[in-house]
Amino acid sequence: MPTPSFNAVDTLWVLIATGLVLLMTPALALFYGGLVRTKNILNTMMMSVGALGVVGIVWALAGYSLAFAPGGAWLGGLDHLGLRGVGLDLRRDTTIPQLLFFAYQGTFAVITAALISGAIVERMKYTAYLLFIALWSLVVYAPVAHWVWGGGWLGTLGVLDFAGGTVVHITAGSAAAVAAVMVGRRRSHGRQAFLPHNVPMMLTGASLLWFGWLGFNGGSALAVNGIAVQAAVNTILAPMATLATWMAIDAARTGRTTAVGAGTAIVVGLVAITPACGFVSPASALAIGAIAALPCYYAILKRAGTRLDDSLDVLGAHGTGGVTGALLTGVFAQKAWGGTDGLIAGHAEQVWKQAVAVGATVVWTVAGTWLLLTIVNALVGTRASGKDEASGLDVSEHGEEGYTDGEGAILVLASTVAPSSVAAHAAAPRLSEEAA
Amino acid sequence: MKLIVAVIRPECLNGVLESLYRAEVRGLTVSKVQGHGGEVEHVENYRGTTVKVDLQQKVRLEIGVSEPFVQRTIDAIVAGARTGDVGDGKIFVLPVEKVVRIRTGEEDVAAVTPVGEAKA
Repeated sequence: MPTPSFNAVDTLWVLIATGLVLLMTPALALFYGGLVRTKNILNTMMMSVGALGVVGIVWALAGYSLAFAPGGAWLGGLDHLGLRGVGLDLRRDTTIPQLLFFAYQGTFAVITAALISGAIVERMKYTAYLLFIALWSLVVYAPVAHWVWGGGWLGTLGVLDFAGGTVVHITAGSAAAVAAVMVGRRRSHGRQAFLPHNVPMMLTGASLLWFGWLGFNGGSALAVNGIAVQAAVNTILAPMATLATWMAIDAARTGRTTAVGAGTAIVVGLVAITPACGFVSPASALAIGAIAALPCYYAILKRAGTRLDDSLDVLGAHGTGGVTGALLTGVFAQKAWGGTDGLIAGHAEQVWKQAVAVGATVVWTVAGTWLLLTIVNALVGTRASGKDEASGLDVSEHGEEGYTDGEGAILVLASTVAPSSVAAHAAAPRLSEEAA
Repeated sequence: MKLIVAVIRPECLNGVLESLYRAEVRGLTVSKVQGHGGEVEHVENYRGTTVKVDLQQKVRLEIGVSEPFVQRTIDAIVAGARTGDVGDGKIFVLPVEKVVRIRTGEEDVAAVTPVGEAKA
């Protein structure tokens, strides 16, 4: 094979795809934000937005190197620490600059960490959360990305994960379950109903996630070619099948189709097709989408009756969907569609390879997440106080409200920003007194 | 007959409704209100704008009850709404001159007694 040379069209597509995946994190903020209560919307959205800053920087300084610099079977090297040597030279085996490949992969690292937040919304201290996801992206995400995509042992084994079913969704889903247990249930969990405060916002988020996912999956071809087209079209088809199946189950079970269910179905379909999209036929994509609806629907339904406060069902949607997608990739993959032949094409061992990847990823993620949360809890404490949890984390963690009409807000005319309410009380002049 | 007006924390509403239900107090009105009861105001920042938020979100309950129900209603509200911090709210008990149940025209004690129960 000749050495690949720079290709402007490929580079342009991956540039656009990077923008598309970048958009998915704010889209996730809308998705999650709509599902929580009014008093926690900013905190919930900031858990996604904050990841753009914190995880993005960690990725540039060290994460990229640990995942993608030449290294061993278990971890990448240190050659690219601080982006050393990451420039306009081509990324190996591609026709695009490594600098762009780094940024594209960075957007994956960011959204993976942000996905976990759905399990611990409405009760985790924000500083502890940021510290946790920064460490998590190094200790859990970067190694698994290396195993599958960076020349590590799962890639060598022949595991198929086109765009991150294992790397992104199984890691996020299993980390979410651990985090929900370790941070603990919301104090009124099981006694009080927590209803979504803005379903239209959640649906807007789901729609934008779908849009961005075309870059997530289609861009993972890292070129403009048949595989990119196939991956993008499969990313359109699979969620359609999930959506239709989900609505059918909804209707059969309760007589009605729900909007929150539809938004969830879109995400589940996207998750399930992510590992498979570059390896299966469009008809298989429809099948994968439809099949994935079943375990996820019932996982989410069952979870609601348990003591596990995985508040926004990250385990049910991303964990269950990720595992289903990873295994079905081993079932439906075809050489003719860019993969290696799977179960249906007569090679059952591909399913076992996929299962090994699932198992190893879950074990590593659960252990790493447990360790990191134990450390973070010892350092700064992971849990917000009962008082802050009751009045909402928007005010306690961010000093803002998502929806305020300004009634009862008195302008503080101090030149320096008061660090606390007590200081403001003592130092700040009050407009109302002048008015009175 | 008394009208019991209680101002409580919004996050305590569920607990109060639960304990009122257990005390067999039925029939009430709930409204969202803003108020100030001596608690420390919190500071919010929006870019360059810093504000102290003096008015807190509260929930007001209005419950018309007959005399035997006054104390148990008060107890139920206190049980559900007390956190021990400043800002838990107040309960006001007001005399009531007359009550009319619109559907039947029943008056006074009969009007505040839940349907199907012996008149106290």
